[in-house]
Amino acid sequence: MKRYFTNRLLLFVPTLMGSLTLVFFLIHFIPGDPVEVMLGETASSVDKEALRQELGLNQPLGIQYIRFFSALLQGDLGRSLYEQGTVAELILSRFPATMELTLAAMGIALFVAFPLGILAAVKKNSLMDRIALLFSLLGLAMPNFWLGPLLMIIFSIELGWLPVSGREGLAHLILPSFTLGMLMASILIRMVRSSLLETIHEDYIQTARAKGLSEWRVWLKHALGNSLLSVITIVGLQFGALLAGSIITETIFAWPGIGRLTIQAIQTRDYPLVQGCVLVISTSYLVVNFLTDILYHLADPRVSYGP
Amino acid sequence: MDHRTLVWTGATILLLLLGVALLGPAIAPYSPTEQHLEQDLLSPSQDHLLGTDKLGRDILSRILYGARISVLVGTSTVGVSLLIGLSIGSLSGYCGGWVDQLLMRLVDVLMAFPGILLAIAFTAVLGPGLNHVILALCLIGWTGYARLVRGEILALREREFIHAARALGGSPGRIIVLHLLPNLLPPLLIQATFGMAAAIIAEGSLSFLGLGVQPPTPSWGSMLNEGRQFLLIAPHLTTFPGLAIMITVLGLNLVGDGMRDRLEKRGK
Repeated sequence: MKRYFTNRLLLFVPTLMGSLTLVFFLIHFIPGDPVEVMLGETASSVDKEALRQELGLNQPLGIQYIRFFSALLQGDLGRSLYEQGTVAELILSRFPATMELTLAAMGIALFVAFPLGILAAVKKNSLMDRIALLFSLLGLAMPNFWLGPLLMIIFSIELGWLPVSGREGLAHLILPSFTLGMLMASILIRMVRSSLLETIHEDYIQTARAKGLSEWRVWLKHALGNSLLSVITIVGLQFGALLAGSIITETIFAWPGIGRLTIQAIQTRDYPLVQGCVLVISTSYLVVNFLTDILYHLADPRVSYGP
Repeated sequence: MDHRTLVWTGATILLLLLGVALLGPAIAPYSPTEQHLEQDLLSPSQDHLLGTDKLGRDILSRILYGARISVLVGTSTVGVSLLIGLSIGSLSGYCGGWVDQLLMRLVDVLMAFPGILLAIAFTAVLGPGLNHVILALCLIGWTGYARLVRGEILALREREFIHAARALGGSPGRIIVLHLLPNLLPPLLIQATFGMAAAIIAEGSLSFLGLGVQPPTPSWGSMLNEGRQFLLIAPHLTTFPGLAIMITVLGLNLVGDGMRDRLEKRGK
């Protein structure tokens, strides 16, 4: 375990450094003068110079790079150009909303995918199996920037059951989390079904049956338990994807999380804030993937660190 | 559904899409950009089969023209990404050593970002527009192909027919192109099909966020974004472009699934 952890950590640290480096260069990719792009052509040269100094853009690239990392180590992500407060404060204030949405989406995905995936495997080639496959196919093809407005039309506008947007209670969470979780549910249905069908032919399953256990007990206790391993990986990887997907969902439902903050920052050309948001989302994605790897290894020590 | 049915259903959808993209200008009943402000937000009718938008533009004509953008983004993104991924993956797999290490760490870094986040970040700094969308999608798209090609080459390069080609004096370039590439084609084709679906959705997402194709050019994603403001009074503005994206992606996924099933069956 220790060796596996060390190996994964050795791979994780340079990847994290590489992705932080890419985030550092984001502002430098802006064509032309980044300061002019941020403040507009009409800004006075005094204002431009002040911002250039604040962002450290008047210093050599190497110095900027070192300052970026030393500031990061102190949790300093800079200041927003237009919002009150530091980038770190702004992101921290929005983080709970994003986590709430992401976790709820994950919950919905698991709640939909497990029963459908299990039924599809147990009743292979039945009508139920076909319904699950169709659900999965449509879920994979339906972009969340369409599903969101569609759910809004049906459940908020036509039926009036759920609120259109905002974050004021549990009812507000339902449509955004379903919109965000649908893709993950579609992937998981296939995963649960296929891993169950693979496991069901193992010898120990035949033994469980020979011992006289009921068919449902065989499927749920013995087959599902061992299929969960491969599902953990997908859940972990998809959790990171959910974080990224929240950018669109939060924009649709005016959900006050980091995703919406990112888009607002892009629209106002508040690049220090954009940089901070991208950094936090990508780092969370990396950390979740790293933890998934470790969890997977804890659950199944046979998993080794491959070449 | 067996793989044959999947592939044929998907292929029929894709052929229709291609036909629509090619013949769009000939079959579109109206100009996609011509405004008729007196006919704004009309519901579907005989004159306008899918209705009109806030500027009185015909939705059907805009969807037909929008198909061209989706086909263009899908094919160019996959084409360029495939080319870069194939070159870097071959180099990495064939050379091994520090070249392999360096290139694969670069792939790791780019793959450490959720794809759509990086695409949003790139278009945010480069500025909106179709070319920037394609560039951003290519910058993130090649990594998957590179990793796939490298893995396949690592598995293939120790096979006897490659040793034989080397013994006969074949240059690395010749061995890659003549002997390795033909064996790489099936998995690459499958990945390219799913890649095209992902590129179409990504373009839609970026245009939806206002970072992609700019008005008045019709793109399915930007049509959805424009229609979002009129959900209450004109839901058809969002329904039809979304349906177009879903059907296209469904077609690509069906073809990809079918080809993958067939390849897996052959491998067993």
